[in-house]
Amino acid sequence: MNRSPYITDAPTVSTIMFKVLLALVPGIIAYVWVYGGGILVSLTLATLTALAAEATLLKIRQRPVKPYLMDMSAVVTAWLLALALPPLAPWWLVIVGTFFAIVIAKQLYGGLGYNPFNPAMVGYAVLLISFPLIMTKWPVPLSLAEHPLGLMDQLHFIFSNILPADIKVDAITSATPLDYLKTQLMLKHEVASITQAPIFGTFGAKGGEIITAAYLLGGLYLLQQRIISWHLPTAFLAALATISLAFYAIHPAHFANPLFHLMTGASMLCAFFIITDPVSGPTTPKGKLYFAAGVGVLTYLIRVYGGYPDGVAFAVLLMNMCVPLIDALTQPRVFGHEKG
Amino acid sequence: MSEIINFASNLLRSALPNKAMPNGSLKDIFKFNGGVHPPEHKAESTTHPITKLAIPEKLTLPLRQHVGHIPKITVQVGDYVLKGQMLAEPEGTVSAAIHAPTSGTITAISEEVIPHPSGLPDMCITLTPDGKDTWAVLQPIDWRNTDKKTLVERLRASGIVGLGGATFPTHIKLRTNGKSNVHTLVINAAECEPYITCDDMLMREHADEIVKGIAIVQYLLGAEKCIVGIEDNKPIAASVMTKACTLACTQTCTQSPEISVKVVPTLYPSGDARRLIHLLLGTEIPNDKRSTDVGIQVFNVATVLAIYRYFEFGEPSISRVVTMTGNIAVPQNFEVLFGTPLKALVAAAGGAKSNTTHFIMGGPMMGFDLPNDLVPITKAANCIIAATPDLFAAPPPAMPCIRCARCADACPVNLQPQELYWFAKSDNFEKARDYNLFDCIECGCCTYVCPSNIPLVQYYRYAKSEIIAVDKAKEAADLARERNDFRLARIEREKLERAQKHAERAQAAKTEVNAETIKPEDGLASTSTEATPANTDKQAAIAAAIARAKAQKLATTHDAEVDAEVPAEKAVALPITAELKTPAAEAAELKAKQDKQALIAAAIERAKAQKLAAAQAGLAPKNIENVSATVQAEINKTDAIREKAKQAVDAKTLERKPSD
Repeated sequence: MNRSPYITDAPTVSTIMFKVLLALVPGIIAYVWVYGGGILVSLTLATLTALAAEATLLKIRQRPVKPYLMDMSAVVTAWLLALALPPLAPWWLVIVGTFFAIVIAKQLYGGLGYNPFNPAMVGYAVLLISFPLIMTKWPVPLSLAEHPLGLMDQLHFIFSNILPADIKVDAITSATPLDYLKTQLMLKHEVASITQAPIFGTFGAKGGEIITAAYLLGGLYLLQQRIISWHLPTAFLAALATISLAFYAIHPAHFANPLFHLMTGASMLCAFFIITDPVSGPTTPKGKLYFAAGVGVLTYLIRVYGGYPDGVAFAVLLMNMCVPLIDALTQPRVFGHEKG
Repeated sequence: MSEIINFASNLLRSALPNKAMPNGSLKDIFKFNGGVHPPEHKAESTTHPITKLAIPEKLTLPLRQHVGHIPKITVQVGDYVLKGQMLAEPEGTVSAAIHAPTSGTITAISEEVIPHPSGLPDMCITLTPDGKDTWAVLQPIDWRNTDKKTLVERLRASGIVGLGGATFPTHIKLRTNGKSNVHTLVINAAECEPYITCDDMLMREHADEIVKGIAIVQYLLGAEKCIVGIEDNKPIAASVMTKACTLACTQTCTQSPEISVKVVPTLYPSGDARRLIHLLLGTEIPNDKRSTDVGIQVFNVATVLAIYRYFEFGEPSISRVVTMTGNIAVPQNFEVLFGTPLKALVAAAGGAKSNTTHFIMGGPMMGFDLPNDLVPITKAANCIIAATPDLFAAPPPAMPCIRCARCADACPVNLQPQELYWFAKSDNFEKARDYNLFDCIECGCCTYVCPSNIPLVQYYRYAKSEIIAVDKAKEAADLARERNDFRLARIEREKLERAQKHAERAQAAKTEVNAETIKPEDGLASTSTEATPANTDKQAAIAAAIARAKAQKLATTHDAEVDAEVPAEKAVALPITAELKTPAAEAAELKAKQDKQALIAAAIERAKAQKLAAAQAGLAPKNIENVSATVQAEINKTDAIREKAKQAVDAKTLERKPSD
């Protein structure tokens, strides 16, 4: 019998997914610090929904449940989606989104390894199109709120949509900086004056930039652990920075500076956690560069000219469609061959 | 652009901790993509010197110990043979001789289980030693004063094959036919697989003889330069070899060519010939060429030593150094006579520990399970590892590929294993070939790093064998079609010729009749009219005869050509030709044949469509076994349809015959 090699040295899929979750922890801690404990509720809800949906679908598809649940990939999808949603999103929003991500975008395509689109981003896009109002209303950071909500108040709000008697919804929510910037620019205001609003921080969103920095930290951990390759985050951030710098250089009053784009919205989450999903991304080194650069450019264009405040989800889904082509056209040169 | 990417990639690689590239400081080394560095486990078996294993009670010598044709047995059961006497002579170009490892009696020529992944028995010569170990008369060769052609011819009888594991007959690699463009000889002493230390120990103990062997090979090839490539985990061997090379150079440097030792980083599979050439010289052998096409030839270090011993002492290839390691009392290297049963080797190493489950031949990256401990040690056996589940755990169940491309990062050939896996799994063989499946060296690096435990190499072997089988079938079908086309053309031509002949005869007859009816007017006219029909008839007959002869000649030459290629088909082809009696019967058969072909083609198309529909309906096969089962079912179905079609055709033909 020939089953060589007899030895292996590879992290299991579970280990890889577990490290991704671990890398998200700094971001989550920052999240709790900025927006309160509500995000933990969203994360729990998403996790439970994802596991239940995954188990049910595996059962229906007559696949072994335990090994596939243990691979933790469903949990990663759940966490990424929960972190992309507004922190005080109602409970059903989280469940609907996660359900879509796992059932439609993942299992119906054949489960782990077969989904052409990033499941978390499919879930996000479905919610954004279906419930645009809820999806674009973000709570103000605790530090800016007149009446910061406690954990119990947040729980109550998530599950019953009821706030303490003396607080109105408008008092705790606002547009995101990206959204605010867009609407204000339409009103012919200049970037410099718009960013004087209290929701803006030093680089990006007040509070949000801390979370973004924490994601960057987690991302560097993933790089160090060789869970992700450098190609994707580097190309994405470089493309986003380059295109925003070009626009900013031409018309600084009308376009935000590159640092703002890098530190706002889902940029860092996208760079290190979303486009690094191996299943729906390209596999060749060159292909990774093209793919990530494409996501970066599209994200910027959607942010600036599109109908939605942030463009990450649609940019990723659009580039997911190009992956087979990118892979086919970027085959590296094989040893001893003239060309690739 | 790509240079910048590579540069950036290397920069980041060097900045980040990298298990795969531990030795970045070695100079003048041209790295290849990927590679892996498994735990070496070499120290265990290098504590003892090479020990000569005692002559066992019985030696079983498989005829198939090398790549190529099996040799022709030259002894009979009951013959008494001397040590070093030839038992089987090479047959054909690519073949190697088998010699008696000791003196004794041939007690059997039979099928025995041999060390092969299939575990199937093969023809072996069994020798029962007499314990006297009497040498036959050996004939050393003064290689410096003998012409190269004679030396290579002598080497053909030496039984020496590549001892690194490839077992390619050595004399073929040294054939230069008077002109050689080989300028560099590379000696493969990398020994990159974990556990194996036979070459390491050989270099430590026999460096001088190895260097002498190198001089012989260099002389035969006319190679000015020689580089010995050794991995940096063998510092003792490297230093001993360097010393031996320097000594040889200072002694004979005026006319002797240059020999140097180059240390390469420990990175599997640096011992693969093409990878080693790249490491040492920076030359990438084009995928469709051999190393000799660019002036480089590679020999394993043990092979070179065997060549030296053959020329210096006349000793043919009768033993080799084998590493006995793994779950065994005293891991060490032995010089083992070919044909020695594995259990004798195991016993000599103090016996396998109690929890040993089986033995592996070769290293843990490319080796294979041995069927039992009775199999003989052969020329390919560089290492035997006593295996336990602790050392080599059964692989966990395979998970789906998550396209993480770790395999692509590890592939030393720079292939895209994840794509090849996908194509092999979905039986998309053409695509697999397009993605250079046949460049895969089956080194196992991809599986080594796969987080989903997918047996990638096995998928590639499956795809390769399928493609080769399809190619062979296609070749056969092409040949058959060609033959059929030719036959049809010949039938058509013969028919035309016959028709023409008929027409000519009819014309001739008519002219004759006409001539008879015309009354002669005068003597001159009468002689001319009398002569005309006779002339016409004669001329037509001659022309017809010439045409016939030509046609026959053409037919026989063409047949001969076809027959020469496929002798077995001759018997089939002849009766068919004989059957052709009347044009009517011919036409009927032709029609029937065409009908039948059309029906069969339709049936095959139908079966294909059914298969496609089944695949699309989500019944796509999950694994290789399922695939073969499905394919078998389809074949059965197609056969049934074909049978039905055949019956229908037969019935139709029967119906039609009377009316014809």
